[in-house]
Parts: sequence; structure tokens; C-alpha cells
Amino acid sequence: MIQVEHLTKCYGDVMAVQDLSFEIDEGHVYGFLGPNGSGKSTTMNIITGCLSATEGRVLIDGHDIFEEPRQAKRLMGYLPEQPPLYLGESPVEYLTFVGRAKGLRGQELKEQVADVMAQTKIEHVGHRRISDLSKGYRQRVGIAQALLGNPKVIILDEPTVGLDPIQILEIRDLIRELGRTHTVIFSSHILSEVQAICDRILIIAHGRLMAFDCPENLERQMLRQNEITLTTQAGPDEVKEVLERLYHITEITFQQKEGGYTQTHFQTSHPQPYEMTRQLFWAFAENDVPLLEMTLKKASLEDVFLELTEAKEPDPQQEENEEVDEA
Amino acid sequence: MIAVWIHELKSYFHTLTAYVFGAFLLCFIGIGAMMYNLEMAVSNFEYVLSFGCLVFVVIVPILTMRVIAEERKQKTDQLLYSLPISSTNVVLGKYLALLVVYLLPLCVVSLYPLVFSRYGEVYLPTSYGSIFAFFLLGAALIAVGVFISSLTDNQGFAAGIGIAVILLNYYSVKLAEYISSTALGTMIALWVLAAVLGLIIRYVTGQENLALAITAVLLVAVFAVYQVDATLLEGLLPNIMTQLSLFERFYVFVNGVFDLTGIFYYLSIVVFFLFLSVQSLEKRRYN
Repeated sequence: MIQVEHLTKCYGDVMAVQDLSFEIDEGHVYGFLGPNGSGKSTTMNIITGCLSATEGRVLIDGHDIFEEPRQAKRLMGYLPEQPPLYLGESPVEYLTFVGRAKGLRGQELKEQVADVMAQTKIEHVGHRRISDLSKGYRQRVGIAQALLGNPKVIILDEPTVGLDPIQILEIRDLIRELGRTHTVIFSSHILSEVQAICDRILIIAHGRLMAFDCPENLERQMLRQNEITLTTQAGPDEVKEVLERLYHITEITFQQKEGGYTQTHFQTSHPQPYEMTRQLFWAFAENDVPLLEMTLKKASLEDVFLELTEAKEPDPQQEENEEVDEA
Repeated sequence: MIAVWIHELKSYFHTLTAYVFGAFLLCFIGIGAMMYNLEMAVSNFEYVLSFGCLVFVVIVPILTMRVIAEERKQKTDQLLYSLPISSTNVVLGKYLALLVVYLLPLCVVSLYPLVFSRYGEVYLPTSYGSIFAFFLLGAALIAVGVFISSLTDNQGFAAGIGIAVILLNYYSVKLAEYISSTALGTMIALWVLAAVLGLIIRYVTGQENLALAITAVLLVAVFAVYQVDATLLEGLLPNIMTQLSLFERFYVFVNGVFDLTGIFYYLSIVVFFLFLSVQSLEKRRYN
């Protein structure tokens, strides 16, 4: 549906997006995740034709956005970060203008305007001035605008920013509903949001694509970062002796507690965390070291996100890919 | 284009803009008609228009200041970029809407000569020729205003620059009399103009080398002309200023000449500045 190939965008000396490539299929909800300033908005602006790229190209259903903008834009509905609303108009007037600009006329125009207003639940404010509407309703008018012309892809740039918790939930429900009939791409810097709605997640940081997968796979990728905390009735030396016989254990730290207890904390790279805890249980039992407490903390998507976005250098796998590309 | 045109027209008549513009134009021409046709009992309506064209200095910037600047400020330009319409269509739609707003009061004005002709001898061809030229003059100035509005996201700034540019154009012939017509003076003035042009190119395109190259070529060319035949430069600058005056072309029509080159001149100004406005909109996509 959307192919992004080697997209690069420079603002003077600043690289906002560097060699971004990915492909988006029809019929999923995609989440663009990244901290502020990571290049999400720039990428979305380029995909929708609002911004030119320094290098690379974007194909929408086979149409190049720079060479056949008209055909490509007809397939997309876009809600920028700040909803582009004419504040002095009513939602009906505004949507009629956008619909007409998208090539709708007469009865079809009227029907579609009514449809999208029903879909975004703004019928009852249809004739009020947009400047009098709350932020949540303005956002809905913005989404309604994107839906006009029945585009295949709907692109929403941070649609929940600045809304109150109830409005956020409503907009999320709306996005989920849209996901059933359209391909939806939306960006956010809030992880839980993306996790809640998306089938696929693209993590972007420093203008590069850090990961592109479904939430479950991303979590699985990071399982090696599971953490285990043990409390034993023995000194650090004894615990160390037991742990040295096991594999997949790194970064061990000890903390001695009152009453002869030792709290041990380490990371495990074992692919199956429960297998690791089973081995630990038996190892301590065989050595007659009473194991009083054992907690396993599984890596969450949050950790994946932090790890990927905080890394200053791109991860080795990405660099390998680049080398292949250059070759 | 039609969508933008309808939308703009609606917004002009929903807000006060169209009414203020029309009221100003009608009021000023009305005062002129009272002074010349009623008080002095002159039967030439074209003199009224010649007096009335000063009003453009104020009303054209008022009309055009928000046309693109406001879109930028409210970030609604992003909507226009993402819609399946080209920048050319956006600019044309906006310009045609402005023309309609301008034409409506002019339709009222065009009744005046007919009314006056019932009470005396009015030479209608000159009157209507002048009204036609008045329309073209306004159309050209509006195109300039659209371009100025496309350069900034600040309405006030657009209005200020608009007033300055139109006022300068209005007085350019008078100013030309004070400008040195010696060859050396002209050369220096042309050098200054070349430098200013270089700065504008630098600002609009952001390319330093291009601006430097163009400025250097112009400087050398002017100097070469001065060395080869200095008489060519004599009186050149006042001449250029007179030629560039949009108002001076209008006075030709007032004097009773239906000047085809003048019509062509106005139309080229319109096309040129609308082209620049489209480029200015497109440029936003590139930075």
C-alpha cells in the first residue's frame, strides 16, 4: 500500500530523517512510535506530500507522491499535528470545502459529509463555529476531514495530544473502529497508546527506523533482558559459587541484608525465563542454600522502547543492513 | 480550484473584509464624483477614477494581507498541501475570489457614467475604457498583494509592505524627477539595485552561491556597459521607474487612449506575480 524507500530529509545541516525504508500493507493499524523530535512528523509530512524529501521516494499504491501527487493524495486522508481548521467556519462548511477539494460534488458530497460526521459523532455540533468547540471536538472535525473521499489510508499525527483522559479513550476507540475499514497510521510518543491500538509498531529514533514488528514480537525480541532478584539465607560468596555453575547470567550484584540474608540481582539472557528460574531453584536446593524469594521481571515493551530510542548509535543489525544496501 | 474559489468567496462575505473593501472603494469614488462631476460640473468620469486610484494604496493591502499569510499562521496551509489540488489551483482560486470581491463594487461604479449621462453630455467610451483600465490596474495590484502575503505569516507585515510598495509605485514617476540621470549616478544606483536583488534571491531561495553569482554578473555587466558606451546609462533609471509605474499606464486611458500595450502590461504583471506566489507556496515544501 505504502512503500517508503531510502527517505532522507535534511533541514540545513540537521538530518531529520535518515535513510528510512519500510512498507505498509493494507488493512492494519500501524503505530509510529518515537520520542519528540525523532522525525515522526517529518516522515508523515513527506508521505502525505506536504514536504519534499531530500532523497528517496514514497509510493502510494504505486503512485509516486512527488510525481503523481494528485492520484497519490486521493488515496490518503491526513490529520497533521495541529488540526488545520478554519476557526470561523462551522464543521459543515469546513467539511463541504474539503470534500469539494477532494473532488466530491452535489449529492455525493452531502452524503459523505453527513457520513463522516456521524462516524466521528459531531452531528450535534455541525452548525457551531469551530472556534467555539472543545479541543476534543476540533480533533474529531480534523479526523472527519481526513475521512472524506473515502481514502484507503488514514494518517493521523499525534491525534491524542492535549486531550483529557476521556477524550483520549474516545479517540482511541474511533481509531480502532477506523482500523476495521481502513489502513490507519498514527503517531504517538505514548507507548501504552500504541500498544493498545496497533497491530504493527514502527519505532523511530534520531530519524532512523529502529524496529518494525508486532507488539508481541518486539517484546519477545527483548526477552533476553529479563531480570531476576533472589533473596537467600547465605553469604554472597556462597551465592556466587552456585550461580557460577549456571549459564545465561550477567551483571550480578549483591546486597547484604541484616540477619544473614543476601539479595542478589542479575540479568538473564535465557530464551525461556521459566526454565531459568527452574534451574535456579534446583541449583540452590542441591547446594543446601535456602532460597527465600525469587522474582522474575519480564521485559516490557516500555523497556524495548527505551532501549531502542536511547541508544545513541544505531543497533548493529541496522548497520549490517546498511552495509548490505551499500554493497 | 473551484473549491478554493467558493471557499474564499464565502469567507470574504462571512467576515467584514469584502464589505470594508467595497465601502472604501465606493466611498472614495463617490467623493471624487461629488467633487468633480457635481461640484465642478465636469462631465468626464475618468477624472474621478484618476483621483480614486489613490485609494488602492490602502484597500488592496487590506484585502490581500490575509490571503496566504493567515493560512500559514493558522497552519491550514498544511491542509491545502495535503489535498489533491496543486498550488497553482490554490493561488488561482484565491485570486479569482479576490477579483470577484473587487468587481462587485466596480459594477456599482460602472453605473455612474450612465446616471450622469442623463443630466448632461458624457463621453461614454473614455469613461468605460477608463473603468476597464481601472479594473486591470486593481487586478495587477491585487496580484502584487497576493505575492506579498505569500512571503510571510504575519498579516500586519504583509499589509505594511503592501502599502509601502503600492505607495512607492504611485509616486515613482514623481520620485524619478529627483533621481540623478547622469551615467555615473545611474551606474551606482544600478549596482545598489543589483545588490538588493542578490539579497532578495538569497532570502527567497536560500542559495548563497546563486545569489552571489547573479549579483556579480549584474555588477560586471553594468560596469561593462558604462565603459563601452556611457550615454546608454544616461537617464536610464528615471526611465525604468516611469516604465514600472502601474499608475502611469492608467493615466494613458484617462487621457482618452485605449492603450493595448497597457492592457498587455497589466496582464503580464498579474501572471508574473501569481507565478511568483505559486513558487513561494511551493518553496515552503522544500524547507
